[in-house]
Amino acid sequence: MSYVRGLKCRECGREYPIEPIYVCEFCFGPLEVVYDYDRIKADLTIDKIRSRPTNLWRYRELLPIDGDPYVGLHAGFTPLIKADRLAKEIGVDELYIKDDTVTHPTLSFKDRVVSVALSKAKEFGFDTVACASTGNLAHSVSAQGAAGGFRRFVFIPASLEHSKIVASLAYEPNVVAVEGNYDEVNRLCSEIANKYKWAFVNINIRPFYAEGSKTQGYEIIEQLGWKAPDHVVVPCASGSLLTKIWKSFEEMHKIGILKELHTKVFAAQATGCNPIATAIKSATDVIKPVKPDTIAKSLAIGNPADGFYAKQVVYNTGGWGEDVSDQEIIDAMKLLARTEGVFAETAGGVTLASAIKLVKTGKIKREGTTVICVTGNGLKTKEALEGHVAEPFRIKPKMAFFEEILAKIGN
Amino acid sequence: MAVTVRIPTPLQRLTGGSETVEGVPGTIISMVQELDTRYPGLGERISEGGKIRRFVNMYLNEEDIRFLSAEETAVKDGDEVSIVPAIAGGRA
Repeated sequence: MSYVRGLKCRECGREYPIEPIYVCEFCFGPLEVVYDYDRIKADLTIDKIRSRPTNLWRYRELLPIDGDPYVGLHAGFTPLIKADRLAKEIGVDELYIKDDTVTHPTLSFKDRVVSVALSKAKEFGFDTVACASTGNLAHSVSAQGAAGGFRRFVFIPASLEHSKIVASLAYEPNVVAVEGNYDEVNRLCSEIANKYKWAFVNINIRPFYAEGSKTQGYEIIEQLGWKAPDHVVVPCASGSLLTKIWKSFEEMHKIGILKELHTKVFAAQATGCNPIATAIKSATDVIKPVKPDTIAKSLAIGNPADGFYAKQVVYNTGGWGEDVSDQEIIDAMKLLARTEGVFAETAGGVTLASAIKLVKTGKIKREGTTVICVTGNGLKTKEALEGHVAEPFRIKPKMAFFEEILAKIGN
Repeated sequence: MAVTVRIPTPLQRLTGGSETVEGVPGTIISMVQELDTRYPGLGERISEGGKIRRFVNMYLNEEDIRFLSAEETAVKDGDEVSIVPAIAGGRA
C-alpha cells in the first residue's frame, strides 16, 4: 500500500499523477513526490523500523513504491563510524563518518537511488533501464539492472578513460560511448527518453530515484539513537543529495520520530566546480554555471539542477558552504584513510576538506555532533592518489635487509 | 536573415508544431517578449518578470547565456538561439 499522494512541481506547485514524468509541463520545474504524512505518522513507528532487515527498505513508507521492493535488498544501512581520531585532528568534540564507501552492491550512495529507481521502474512496467553517467551511477544501474533482469543501456562520454568503464562492462550492459561531453550525452538521453519507453533513472524516473537519497538521512538519525546531528556536511554535485538529506530529517520530525530538529546543513564542493558554494558565499539566488576543472569528477556538474534548493536549505538551517582545492582534496582523502581506515573517493576528500575549513573558520562549532557524508569508495578513483602516496620499501628476501629498513623506520 | 530560435518539443504546441521560428534581433529578453506577441503564451512559459525561468536554459550559438550577459545578451541577425528545458541530471 502506497503512502504517495502524487507528484508536485517544486516551482509552481502544479500537481501531477504518479507517472514516469519528471518536469512540470508548464514551467519546466522539477517534480517531487508528495506523501500522506498523517497516515505515515500513524503507521510507521520506531519499533516497526527496528523489526525489519537492515537495508534501506526499512523506511519503505517514506519511499515512493507501491508494492514490495524489487532490487536493492542488501543496499543501505551502511556504518555510522564514530571518528574519534579524526575528531581530534580537525578539532571537534564528536564526529561521525556516514560511510557509504561500503554500500551494496557497487560501493557508492548511488546504490540507494538506483534501488528505488529500478523498483519503481518495475512497477511502471519497464523492461529496459538506462542512465547517462561517467561513473558511480553507471556502475549501479549496470549491476542492479542485471540482478533485476532488465535490459540495460549506459550512455557515457566517449572520451572517458577505459579503466572507468570496465567496472560497468563487467555486468554486460549495453554501453554507448557518445562523441561529446557529459552535457551533450545528457541532452541526447533526454531525446531518447522521449522516443523510447525506457526507464532513464536520472531523467524520467528522477522524482522517484532522488527519493532514495533520503535513506542516508534516516539511517544517520537511527544510528545516532533517533536524534539529528548538530551539523551535517554533504558533498554537492547537482545539489540533490543535500536537499534530500534535509528532507529526510524534516520528515522524521514531521512524523514524530524526531522530537527536536536544529541541524545546520553544510555544502561541500571542489573549487574547480563550485557554483553552489559560490552562491552561498555571495548570498545570491542565481546559481551561475561554471566549466568544471577538478579531480573530483563525480561532483563536476557545472550547472547544478538542484543548486538553488540546496542553497536555500543551507540558508534556512543556518549552515554554510565551502570549497577546496585539488591538493586539499587529496590531503583529506589521505587523512581519512590514515586516521579512520576509510578510503573514500575524491568526493569524500571534498567533504572532509570542506569540513576542516568550516571548523577552522568557526562556521562549524567544536561542540555538538558533526556528521560527514562520505558517498563513494576510493578504489574507484585510486588514480587520483598516483604520485601522492609513498613508495613501498623494496628488499631482497633476507632478514638482514628487512632489519636495515626497520632501523630506518624506527622500531 | 533573422535570428533562428529553436523551440523544444513541449513548447511546439504554441508554435503550431514548428521546431524553429524566426526571432527579432535585440536582446534575449526583448526577443522573447516579441515572440510572445506572435506566439501567445510562449513568453510566460520561459520567462517571468523579465527574467528567464530558473529551469529553462538558453543558448546563443551553443553558449549558455549565463556565461554571456544573461537576459541582456545581444542577439543579431544570423544568430541561433536554443531554448532547452534544464535537465535535472546527475553526473556521478
